[in-house]
Amino acid sequence: MAENDRADSNRIVRVPLHEVAHGRTGDKGNRVNISVIPYHDEAWPLLLEQVTPERVKAWFAAKGAGTVTRYELPSMPAMNFVIDDVLQGGVNGALNLDGHGKSLAFHLLTMPVEVPARLALHPEKATG
Amino acid sequence: MTATTVHIGCGAGFAGDRWDAAVPVVASLARRSGPRYLMYETLAERTLALAQQARIENPAAGYSPYLERILRPVLKSVKANGIRVVSNFGAANPLGGARKILEMAREDGIAGLKVAVVEGDDLTAVMTEGDIRGHDPVEGIAMPDGRLVAANVYLGARPIADALALGADVVVVGRCADPALALGPLLHEFGWSLDDLDRVAAGTMAGHLLECGAQVTGGYFADPGYKDVPDFGHVGFPIAEISADGTVVIGKADDTGGLVSHRTVKEQLLYEMHDPSAYLTPDVTLDISGVRVEEIGPDRVRITGARGKPKPPTLKATVSFEGGWLGEGEITYAGPNARARAELAIEVLRTRVRDLGTNWPLRFDLIGTVATFDGDGGDLRASRSWPDDGEYRVRMATHGGERHMAQWIADEVLSLYCSGPAGGAGVRHRIAPQITTASILVDRERVTANARLVEEN
Repeated sequence: MAENDRADSNRIVRVPLHEVAHGRTGDKGNRVNISVIPYHDEAWPLLLEQVTPERVKAWFAAKGAGTVTRYELPSMPAMNFVIDDVLQGGVNGALNLDGHGKSLAFHLLTMPVEVPARLALHPEKATG
Repeated sequence: MTATTVHIGCGAGFAGDRWDAAVPVVASLARRSGPRYLMYETLAERTLALAQQARIENPAAGYSPYLERILRPVLKSVKANGIRVVSNFGAANPLGGARKILEMAREDGIAGLKVAVVEGDDLTAVMTEGDIRGHDPVEGIAMPDGRLVAANVYLGARPIADALALGADVVVVGRCADPALALGPLLHEFGWSLDDLDRVAAGTMAGHLLECGAQVTGGYFADPGYKDVPDFGHVGFPIAEISADGTVVIGKADDTGGLVSHRTVKEQLLYEMHDPSAYLTPDVTLDISGVRVEEIGPDRVRITGARGKPKPPTLKATVSFEGGWLGEGEITYAGPNARARAELAIEVLRTRVRDLGTNWPLRFDLIGTVATFDGDGGDLRASRSWPDDGEYRVRMATHGGERHMAQWIADEVLSLYCSGPAGGAGVRHRIAPQITTASILVDRERVTANARLVEEN
């Protein structure tokens, strides 16, 4: 790898989490869980540092998120967020289109994170 | 002789799943040897309440309305090849489902099919409504009001294994823990004791990976340019190979599309999982926090390291109630100034519903912005600006007790055609009866599950 390329791949980019990790939502009652699985294992410590329960709770404020618990699975690596009260009634009497919260993983995946360009699938999508 | 490997395929991951998904799964299992099973998971929380209502209207109904559609295409082949079927498609009437299967066998000239039912999940048979309501709900939902429709406890794998020991070719269950559909056959074939916690955990994990069908083979996963899935329109459903030592290999049906990778498996391992070190089932507390996920060949992933802890002291049950009426309507505005016309439509709807003199809750969405991510207050949409021109679909939703009011409110969207902003198009509106559910924990002593073979009437 040429010196310039290496410098470029180490450049810190601000990208949506979607460029660095994938995940899916599951629901139970008025809670959802959202897994976050990095594409590169090397991104794992950066995600631990940046995708915190506090930040996730704030990210889902419009949905009325209550307690957010983060479970860490370093052997995969992956993390699993459990977000309380985010379904606004769950499928019970919920008025929103997505009573199961199926789409909510993709809301979390829009959260910006800062990583070296080499850990982003499409670093050209950087916003800063 | 005790088996060394058991093959379990999945033919459906929910009630509305592909009717023909099991066909390639059965064709693949037919080419393999050793004990082979086909499971179908068709019973979401609400599905059973709907089935209970169907049974009230017709005592012979109440099993899965999809039973015939998903089972008939493979019934002859499973019997001919010694593949045994385990499913919760019995829903609110396992006996009725079993009789339907025997009738299908007779019509299709399938001789000697043995069908068993597992019963005992219906709590209303052993508890009064007051007793049921006396249990505090879990999972953050209050005990709903409304008429009790159904109360069913999640049974474990033991009665399924008992049904297989009776020689059943098809085991028809109502409510059971979804992973039990796989664990039951494993208890039967390997003779595992339920005290053998790590093996029971491994079997539960296999069931958890299988129970949502294509969700482990590329379904609910594909994301073009990020997570591509080949020949996705023909996504193959999963087949697990489970060894006597508890090693699980996930593969899929031969000659199908889809993908089994470490990523599809990891997403599904964590699906509907809260604490990964304590996934509660009737048979074991599953701990997947230390599992290893390894790709060992094309579309083959090995998962090892599931650990078991003692089962929880109680059983979970879902209780369902009549939950009033949902009313909703949608209308699209497109082209120049579409956003202003859509916002005007919302303003008109607010006025019209207020004039109806009701205080039912209303939610308005502007589809095309952030409607699915937003809360009922629309705070997320309000926090950003959106283009004036383009395409916006207005959605209004409401919920309450009286059917006629739900209809009147929904009809206000329809009337926007002639009386609303310019260019309103594509109205869809409907009302729908709702079922509300809650989960309670029930003492194990209250529940008796049993398995028996069924004869045709």
